[in-house]
Amino acid sequence: MMTAHPLIRLLDRGSTLFLVLLGAFAIAIPVLNLLMPEGSALHVSTYFVALFGKYVCYGLLALSIDLIWGYVGILSLGHGAFFALGGYAMGMYLMRQIGDRGVYANPILPDFMVFLNWSELPFFWYGFQNFFYAMLMVLLVPGLLAFVFGWFAFRSRVTGVYLSIITQAMTYALLLGFFRNNFGFGGNNGLTDFKDILGFNVQAEGTRNALLVTSCIALAVCFLICRAIVTSKFGKVLIGIRDAESRTRFLGYRVEAYKLFVFTVSACMAGVAGALYVPQVGIINPGEFAPGNSIEAAIWVAVGGRGTLTGAVLGAFVVNYAKTFFTSGALAPYWLFMLGGLFIGTTLFMPRGIIGTYNNWRAGHADKAEARSAEAKAAAPAQPSAAE
Amino acid sequence: MSTVQADPKTTSALLYLDGISVSFDGFKALNELSFIVEPGEMRAIIGPNGAGKTTMMDVITGKTRPDEGDVFFQEGKFDLSKLDETEIATLGIGRKFQKPTVFEMHTVEDNLQLSLKNDRGVRATLFWQSSAEQEARIDQVLDTVRLKHLRARIAGSLSHGQKQWLEIAMLLAQDPKLLLVDEPVAGMTDVETMQTAELLREINKTKTVVVVEHDMAFVRELGVKVTCLHEGSVLAEGSIDQVSTNDRVVEVYLGR
Repeated sequence: MMTAHPLIRLLDRGSTLFLVLLGAFAIAIPVLNLLMPEGSALHVSTYFVALFGKYVCYGLLALSIDLIWGYVGILSLGHGAFFALGGYAMGMYLMRQIGDRGVYANPILPDFMVFLNWSELPFFWYGFQNFFYAMLMVLLVPGLLAFVFGWFAFRSRVTGVYLSIITQAMTYALLLGFFRNNFGFGGNNGLTDFKDILGFNVQAEGTRNALLVTSCIALAVCFLICRAIVTSKFGKVLIGIRDAESRTRFLGYRVEAYKLFVFTVSACMAGVAGALYVPQVGIINPGEFAPGNSIEAAIWVAVGGRGTLTGAVLGAFVVNYAKTFFTSGALAPYWLFMLGGLFIGTTLFMPRGIIGTYNNWRAGHADKAEARSAEAKAAAPAQPSAAE
Repeated sequence: MSTVQADPKTTSALLYLDGISVSFDGFKALNELSFIVEPGEMRAIIGPNGAGKTTMMDVITGKTRPDEGDVFFQEGKFDLSKLDETEIATLGIGRKFQKPTVFEMHTVEDNLQLSLKNDRGVRATLFWQSSAEQEARIDQVLDTVRLKHLRARIAGSLSHGQKQWLEIAMLLAQDPKLLLVDEPVAGMTDVETMQTAELLREINKTKTVVVVEHDMAFVRELGVKVTCLHEGSVLAEGSIDQVSTNDRVVEVYLGR
């Protein structure tokens, strides 16, 4: 009856399994890439290391969306913006690391600024040569935007579809802004041609593996933070808000404060995902703000299972693997139709997603088994000869 | 027409409504509604559909702002028209909705855990730990509403009547000064209705209660002062016998 020990509460069976699998993945991929000879059947090529690293970042983005959609019922269709902002913060650090190795060999200014005939670094680029400052910005910029956006939206009690639409507008507005050259972030081309990160060549095999492992660690840490949030009393309030917002309000909870807190945490996580994504794909451009990206991320969560955390990560892996698979073959032109079909199919036939459906099935199975054994007990003495 | 003459600052009333008007798109949901509830009282509010009963609840709990009039709580100390739902709930006004509203995905125990009078802040709930004292309080509340055997059940799986009681239990757990109870026996069997009347009388021993109800047998069972609303204002007030024989009440509400 008393609440279980915090650690047990945090790590239920599914969560432990998830962390074990993630850990195994983080060890196995680098081992198979670095230690297995290239010709071996077990060798994982560097291409796949980068690809999987990207998936892990998508998994973290999906996790951040699940935290607010699955547990508070806020469907953000603008989380791609927080992801991209985190990515830009990392991109700015990587740009400053290029130094005089750029095409124009300017030790301070990134190439695109020289190309635009800028004579000095804009003030908002100051400090980005420092890794720790840049990492702080990775958290701070998306967090601050989410805080300000959420403060207005939640205080005005904007909910449901209306909130989803304005999050789309937010990411679209940023898309348009970042496309402009005079915005100061490389315009259309974005930031690219990165050389090294913390002194290591971003293209090197070792760095790629290290980035994959770092992404897995970030995912694990964020997963534990999410678990801590949703299993606490705070998390129960969140579910209360999702299911009966006015009840929660009339019990005396300040609903907007709860939403704001968790929305901001979620945006910071999306920012971290973006920051880890950029060095692995080697570019960040305004395309990352495209409204479609945010919608796609919501689809991953729906497919994997809302309100399960592990499902969101699984959904991101499954859908993105399918995307990689289908867009590289003859079916490439039809990928968007497949994605749309997947979303409609999930909504119609599997509204709880993969993990949700599995959990449901298992619970139902346990109930049935229990009922059956009870029935058998009751029936056995009553009908000793149930012969035809 | 304002029937309450006392100055809000000197009233002894727990709840003081004077000349409240609310209109929605020209429709006057409340029309200079005035009445007072003394501390420790139980009051039944009756009236036909659209008489303004729920709007009155909305005004008291801060969901709807009155266009005109005064709403004061606790001897005129707090002006409810200036506070929002959260602040009013914190002052000690608990509300049961017309449609039973509990946290369906949570267990009965968690429903009460969330309702217990505690710090409602973000930080407090993030680092919250249960205590023996809290558990005892939950037991006590569950005893009062006779749901102790359902403690571990998911609230969504309860029957309609049990949900009504759970919601009342949630109000009790908040330890409010005033309970606003909107149609507690709608959809209940006769036995459940009588049990609910008994429960509310029990609660009334320590708390002030305002009950909105259509079921006249239930109101009679409560045996308290009755206020009949009609078209947004008070039509009649008094004992159930006085009100139910009032010609106007019979005409607009009870029928001949």
